[in-house]
Amino acid sequence: MAVLEAPMIVSARREYDDSYTLTRFLATGGYDGLRKALTMFPEDVAAQVDAASLLGRGGAGFPAGRKWSMLRRAPISYLVVNGDESEPATFKDHYLVERDPHQLVEGVVIAAYALQVTRAYIFVRGEFALGLERVQQAVNDAYEYEALGRNIFGSKFSLDVVVHPGAGAYICGEETALLEALEGKRGFPRIKPPFFPAVNGLYGEPTVVNNVETMSNLPWIVTNGGAAFAALGSGRSTGTRLFALAGRVRNPGVYEVEMVKNTFRDLIYDPRLGGGTIDDRPLTAFIPGGVSAPWFGPDLLDLPLGQDEVAEKGSMLGSGSIVVFDDTTCPVRAAWRITRFFARESCGQCTPCREGSGWLERVLYRLENGEGRAEDVALLLDLSDNISPGLAWPPQQTTICVLGPSIPSSIHSAIDMFADVFADHVTRGCTYD
Amino acid sequence: MSHLRTDLRQRAEELVALYPRKRSAMLPLLHLVQEQDGFVTDEGMAEVAELTGTTPAEVRGTASFYDMFHLSPVGRYVVGVCTNIACLLAGGEEMLTHAGATLGCEVGATSDDGLFTLEETECLADCDRAPCVQVNHRYVRTTTPEAFDALVGELRDGKRDADIPAHGTLMRVRRSGPLHVESEQLAAERVKALAAREKRTAKEGA
Repeated sequence: MAVLEAPMIVSARREYDDSYTLTRFLATGGYDGLRKALTMFPEDVAAQVDAASLLGRGGAGFPAGRKWSMLRRAPISYLVVNGDESEPATFKDHYLVERDPHQLVEGVVIAAYALQVTRAYIFVRGEFALGLERVQQAVNDAYEYEALGRNIFGSKFSLDVVVHPGAGAYICGEETALLEALEGKRGFPRIKPPFFPAVNGLYGEPTVVNNVETMSNLPWIVTNGGAAFAALGSGRSTGTRLFALAGRVRNPGVYEVEMVKNTFRDLIYDPRLGGGTIDDRPLTAFIPGGVSAPWFGPDLLDLPLGQDEVAEKGSMLGSGSIVVFDDTTCPVRAAWRITRFFARESCGQCTPCREGSGWLERVLYRLENGEGRAEDVALLLDLSDNISPGLAWPPQQTTICVLGPSIPSSIHSAIDMFADVFADHVTRGCTYD
Repeated sequence: MSHLRTDLRQRAEELVALYPRKRSAMLPLLHLVQEQDGFVTDEGMAEVAELTGTTPAEVRGTASFYDMFHLSPVGRYVVGVCTNIACLLAGGEEMLTHAGATLGCEVGATSDDGLFTLEETECLADCDRAPCVQVNHRYVRTTTPEAFDALVGELRDGKRDADIPAHGTLMRVRRSGPLHVESEQLAAERVKALAAREKRTAKEGA
């Protein structure tokens, strides 16, 4: 059974239909965190986030406090919020921007105060039309409530926040591509080094890019203290986290659970959470952290939901998306569809990714459609190896960004876990419905 | 002579003023062009170039990178059906086929009456209500063929105009006003704040 005693940190307002309004927000502790932060020195606010050991919730899981501490000293600096959630089957930021936009805005002002940045941009995925409207309304309300603008709540701190719509490109979730989009260009990831926008960010100025969920944690952390957050979870994985559960599961949805204290089995099978597989069919595999992550088999269901715990087993908690497969799920078809996604979304700058993704997609397609060849499995592995040499985890990289090395994950996993299904596809084509 | 209507031209100028560099307003401005023209027109791109201090070629090169910008005419309703992994496992491909039959057009095409354009999309981040369908980027949550057909009927009868505006209109909530603080002023305040922090840290160290 899942352990569900931990407080709801980012989804506390989920029971309210009007959770996105300023009225509901203020009636449920809204802006308490910001008011408290403004009585503290900025560096003490940052110290609380450091003490919380808050790992970034975007996918890479980099400690937010450390990211902040790298912000270069310069007169101009920016905070950019990454709300370009597009990793397939990840929908937790969708929940946060639509259902609790004021919490996000409060988190942004707290972060901006701690960092003393001169402006903040909230980049929201273009396909979130309602989310964009809700966040813009929250920003408008915040100005009127004096939580934004000049001398916030009578303090000496001033801030403008601009809501910026994306326009449909997965790659803009990569933070340097997002900055390019925010500069009005194509979303081409920037060449590294420098690795961190804190050194060279928006318009070349020091910039911190944080995920929506990361920001949404800040009001609670400031109100309750970093230590209270760090007391939840275990090891490096502190606090709670939003998990987006999808696929062949009875109750798909966004669930906030304490890190590490719960396992994949808890999340998928607990009747208060996933409720088990559809028609109680056998679970054959699951994706533990977005389609860029290698798959796990049922033998790893009892693994705790923790960043290091999952990394040790050769995958990642990534974007917090878990997809369940059952015995009706064709692993070849699943790998093909994921690969087609990468082929469509490759920005085209680097040859291994641009060309490799298309080749892989075509080979998987012919396997799935009864035109497979005996050498296709070896060919898939060879092509994958050209994109990410050694097919290791974490993956080696031959490209500017991590989109390329994410492509082999599902293919390699599928071949590893379902060798017999691939062999069968070569001789008979797909036998799933 | 502005191609954008007077009100949209004014909104465009307000958007440009939100950024330290004009080009940053590129994506928001292209959304405005799409709001007025239904797709990203040559005339619209020329005006975006003028507003952002770029060339029409740079605007086209940027616009063509992004899936949401249509460089040729589309229907009043752009119907997006997701077939990515979560929707694949919930019948997304079947929904796409069904949508094509109901709308009478193939994927990527527009129906004869010019009302609907059908698209196969990548993940739209609504995977707990799969298969996911969006109309003009509004979630319609029709997970069965019957619900989809009912929705199409409502769209044809104009019964959903209140919650699903014509293609191109992205945000009906507008920013309430310009920036409140001059960036030079903020930069000066930041320099002061950083100096004060350094003084505090030095005192602590002593």
